[in-house]
Amino acid sequence: MATFVFLYFATVIVTAASLVVVLRNPIYSALSLLVMFFHVAGLYVTLHAEFLAAIQIIVYAGAILVLYLFVVMLLNVKREERYNQQGTVALFLGVVLLTEAVLLAVSRSFAVATPDPGPEGAAKAVGNTESIGEVLYSTYLFPFEIASLILLVAMIGAVILSKKGIMESK
Amino acid sequence: MSVPVEYYMVLSGLVFIIGLVGVLVRKNLIIILLSIELMLNATNINFVAFSSHFGNLAGQVFVFFALTVAAAEVAVGLAIIIALYRHHASINVDDFRLLKW
Repeated sequence: MATFVFLYFATVIVTAASLVVVLRNPIYSALSLLVMFFHVAGLYVTLHAEFLAAIQIIVYAGAILVLYLFVVMLLNVKREERYNQQGTVALFLGVVLLTEAVLLAVSRSFAVATPDPGPEGAAKAVGNTESIGEVLYSTYLFPFEIASLILLVAMIGAVILSKKGIMESK
Repeated sequence: MSVPVEYYMVLSGLVFIIGLVGVLVRKNLIIILLSIELMLNATNINFVAFSSHFGNLAGQVFVFFALTVAAAEVAVGLAIIIALYRHHASINVDDFRLLKW
């Protein structure tokens, strides 16, 4: 049953991801990405990462994708030819990576180590918002502060970049 | 836990390759940013799968940070796109060859 659910999510994710790249209209691409985000969130739920599933829907689908759609509507670009001249390079890289992945999957050399059982309580608490918060504010407190700095820099950068006259003053 | 973690790795690899090909192939700047989002999501799937596999929360915390970086990247990237569009009236990557040798 779990495998069936996984296969459903995986098929939809891969199909929607391909549609993002293939579709001509940027709005349809963004909407296809929305479908993909929801199914990734579903995958997180099956992996007992409920907090991340909620964050995925709220931040990715709710904030980031709306920003994309807003810009697509704002720019109102005409349809243009889709693919550029790097098709051969892209094909080459894709084929190389794909064969690499297939080789790795076929050969058993990369077999993932089975986890040590560990303390039973820790394994049971995975996915709990409370335990994520505890880890985030104790072990990863410094990266957390760095993340806030990244957000501040991004905010300032976005404001500066979208000011009028920034590109004209050469 | 009945789904083996290798399945998640295969799925993540497929999505990452699709995103990589999208970045290299498309001309539209917005689609290129969307493809970068695809690649970030592929790594996130891997993180969460391994976090669940090993019963360790560090993977989920790293997804949290990747999400922060993705949000920052989107904000700055879209601001750059708007500035470029204001200047060139185009978001076709082939039109921007100022730094091209």
